[in-house]
Amino acid sequence: MATTKPKVDVVIVGMGWTGSILAKELTDAGLHVVALERGADRDTQPDFAYPKVVDELEGSVHRKYLQSLAQDTITIRHNTGQTAVPYRQMGSFKPGTGVGGAGSHWSGCHFRALPEDFNFRSNIEQRYGRGFIPQDMTIQDFPVSYEELEPHFDHFEYVCGTSGKAGVINGVMQAGGNPFEGSRSREYALPPNPNYLGAELFYGAAREMGWHPYPIPASNTSRAYTNPYGCQMGPCNACGFCSDYGCLNYSKASPNACILPVLRQRELFELRTHAQVLKVDLDSTGRKATGVTYLDAQGREVQQPADLVLLCAFSYINVHLMLVSGIGTPYDPQTGEGTIGKNYSYQNLNRVVLFFDKDVQANGFIGIGGAGTTIDDLNGNQLDNAEAGFVGGGIIWARQPGAGPVRGINVPPGTPAWGSAWKRAAADSFRHSFYYEVQGACMSYKQSYLSLDPTYKDAFGRPLLRMTFDWHDNEIRASQYLVDKAQQMSRILNPIALSGDAKKDGTHYDITKYQSTHTCGGAIMGANPKDSALNRYLQSWDVPNVFAIGSNAFPQNNGYNPTGMVGALAYWAAKAIVDQYLKAPGPLVQA
Amino acid sequence: MSQTPSDPAASPSRRRFFKGLTLLPVAAALPGCGGSQDTPVRDYVPTFFNAVEWTFLIAACDRLIPHDEIGPGAVESGVPEFIDRHMQTPYASGAIWYMQGPYLEAPPEFGYQGRLPLRDILRVGMAAVDAHCRQTFEGRTFAQLEHAQQETLLTAAQDGKLELDDISSKVFFSNLLAEVKNGYFSDPVHGGNKGMGAWKMIGYPGMRADYIDWVSVRDRPYPLPPVDLSGRRG
Repeated sequence: MATTKPKVDVVIVGMGWTGSILAKELTDAGLHVVALERGADRDTQPDFAYPKVVDELEGSVHRKYLQSLAQDTITIRHNTGQTAVPYRQMGSFKPGTGVGGAGSHWSGCHFRALPEDFNFRSNIEQRYGRGFIPQDMTIQDFPVSYEELEPHFDHFEYVCGTSGKAGVINGVMQAGGNPFEGSRSREYALPPNPNYLGAELFYGAAREMGWHPYPIPASNTSRAYTNPYGCQMGPCNACGFCSDYGCLNYSKASPNACILPVLRQRELFELRTHAQVLKVDLDSTGRKATGVTYLDAQGREVQQPADLVLLCAFSYINVHLMLVSGIGTPYDPQTGEGTIGKNYSYQNLNRVVLFFDKDVQANGFIGIGGAGTTIDDLNGNQLDNAEAGFVGGGIIWARQPGAGPVRGINVPPGTPAWGSAWKRAAADSFRHSFYYEVQGACMSYKQSYLSLDPTYKDAFGRPLLRMTFDWHDNEIRASQYLVDKAQQMSRILNPIALSGDAKKDGTHYDITKYQSTHTCGGAIMGANPKDSALNRYLQSWDVPNVFAIGSNAFPQNNGYNPTGMVGALAYWAAKAIVDQYLKAPGPLVQA
Repeated sequence: MSQTPSDPAASPSRRRFFKGLTLLPVAAALPGCGGSQDTPVRDYVPTFFNAVEWTFLIAACDRLIPHDEIGPGAVESGVPEFIDRHMQTPYASGAIWYMQGPYLEAPPEFGYQGRLPLRDILRVGMAAVDAHCRQTFEGRTFAQLEHAQQETLLTAAQDGKLELDDISSKVFFSNLLAEVKNGYFSDPVHGGNKGMGAWKMIGYPGMRADYIDWVSVRDRPYPLPPVDLSGRRG
C-alpha cells in the first residue's frame, strides 16, 4: 500500500531546467514546492570536480551523466506497419537524469526562435499557398508570439550568462550580430567567446558566400559573471568537456550552477531524489489531478498530493506520463483524433568534416561547448522555400565542443577503420581537421507520433513509450540542399579532404548514431483542444491543474537548438500560473 | 572502409613471437604475451578471459592496431589488459542497456537487438571465430594463423560476411573494435594507453582541460605534452 505524504501546493516531476525554473518562480510566489527527481542529486562539487569528471571513458562510453536505459527506454519503429523494438543502447539522442537533467550535460547553444517560427504554418501558407504544404504534414502555429516571449528569452539568457552579440536591439540593427533575429530588449549578458580556428575560417567563407555570420549565442560564460539570482559563474576555460559532461568550472549554464544554489536554501522547496514518478493521480472525474504516485529510493510506493502538478521531465517523458496517467485522449494517426502523442518531431542534423595539412592548427580538443560561428541566411524567411523545394530552414555552424579521441576521431573518407592506414589518418587528422554542421528544422507529420507500446515494459511495470518516426522526403530534400550549401562554403577553404553526410533519398532514421537530443512534440501547445494537448500557457486542456513544460510543447521543430525556447516557455508558464492561475485556479484559456 | 589493412611495419621479432604461438602450448605462451616490446604488459594476468580467449584477444588487438612507425600498437599499449578489466565492469554486463525481451530481428538502423551483453558478445564471438578457424584451417585457431589470414578474417567479420554460429560477425567485430579503440585512447587509469603513447601519437594533450590561452593561437602547434587523470605527464 502506498504511503501518503502531507499535501503540498505544487509537485514538480523532474529537476532539469524547466523544473528548476518553475520551482524558483513558484517559491518566489510563496508556494510550497516538492520536486521529485528520478536520478541522483548532483552539484558542481563534488560530482563534476576535476579531474574525475573529464574521464572520457566514463563520460562518453559509460554515459555516467546520462540516463541509463536499463530501467526505462522507448521503443521505436519507422511506420505504423512495423513492430517497434527497444532503443537498447544510447545512440541518436541522450536524455538526462539526476538533478540538472540534460541541462547539466548540454553544450550551451542558446538560441531564441525567430519571430516567423511562431506563426509557422500561416507564414508558409501566406508565402507559398496552402498547396505548398504536403497533405500529411501537420505543422501548426505556436499559440504565442515572439513578442510575448521576448522578456522571458531575455531573462533566461541573463540567468544563464549567455555570451553573444545582439543583431537587433529595440528595432535597431547592431553590427556583428544576426541581422535576421527578432528584436531584443537589450544586449546579451556577456560578449561572445573567442573563436576557434574553424569558426574564424567559417566567418570568412560565409562572407564570401554573401552570408551574414555571427557568434553562436553560448551559455558558456566568456567572463566572470553573477546572474540575477546572485549565482556566480567563472569564465569558461575552453576545457573541451561540455557535451556529455557536467561543467567543472561554474562556466556552463546549468540548473545546478544557475538556479539550485538559491533553491537549496529555501524552506518552501523540498527536493527528493531517487523518486521515480509512476503516474499523475486523477480524481474520479479524470479532469483534476490530485497529485502523483512515485517510488522512493527504497522502492516504496508513495503518494504525494498536490494542488498543482508540473511535468518538467525530458520532453517525451512528459508525454509518457500523460499517456500512462490517462490525461487527455491518445492521438490516433488513422483518424487524426486525440492529441496526446501527436506531432512528434526531431532535428535534422548533418555534418561536413574538413581535413587540412599539418600547418593548420585546428586543435579540436579545445572546446567551448556552445560557442562558434553560424548563419541564418538559410533559415526562416531568408530562405526561399519555393526555390529550395522544402518546408523549414536551417542553420550552418562552426562549433567545437571539444573532441577527445575516445569520442571518435574523424578520418578522411575512404580510410580503413583499423590497421596502420587508419593510424596514419588518425595521427594526421586529429589536430588538423574540424567540422561544420547543418542543423535543419524537422516538420511534424500525421504518421510521426508517440504512443504506448503494446509489448515492452519498463522496470516499474509500465508500458514503454513507443516512437513512430522516420525521415520524410521534405527533410531529406532539406538535408541535401543545406549540406550542399555547407560543402560549397567549405570548398572555399580548400581542404585536402571533405566529407559530407547529406541524407540520401529513401534514408531511414538510424537510432544508432548520435544526431541530436532535440526531441520535440508529443504534447503540443495550440489554439484549441481539438489539435493540441496544451493551451498557450502549456496547461493541459483536459486536466487544468497539470502543466507539461518542455520541448514536448513544440508543434514542430525549427532550425535552432531548443533550450533557449524551452527556458522562455518555462518562465512564460510560470508567469501565467502566478499572475492568473493562482487567482482563479482552472483553465486559463476557454476552449 | 573495407580495405584490408596491410602490415608492412610489423617488426620481425613480433612476427616470430606470434608465429611461435603455433608451436607452443597456449598456456606456455602466456607469460610472454606482451609482444616484442619491453613493457609492463608482460606482467598482467587476465582475470576475465581464459587462456584461449586471451591469446585470441592479443592476436586480434595486434592486427587492429599494429605496432608500426606511426605509433605504439594495441598490445604494447596494454589494450588487452584494458579489455580484460573493462569486461568486469557493470558497463560490460549490460548495466546501461535495456536488456528485456522479446528479442526481435530488426534492420541495423534500430541498433543491437540481441540478448548478449558486451562481455558475452566478445566471448561468444571469439569462440565462434576460433571454431570457424579450426574448421577452415586444419585445426588452427585465429591466433595461430598468418597475419594476412587474420586480416582477411577480420575484414570479413567487419563486413558481416563471416558466417558464424551464435552471433553476427558484424556485431562481434564492431564491439571488439570499439573496445580496442576505447582501450587505446582512454586514460591510462583504465589499463590501456600505457605511457600515454596513443595520445602522443595523435598530439592529444590528455586531461589538461584548460585551453583558454590557446584558443586564438594560430601559428604554432599546441606545445604541451599530455597529462593523465593521475597527474602524470607524458
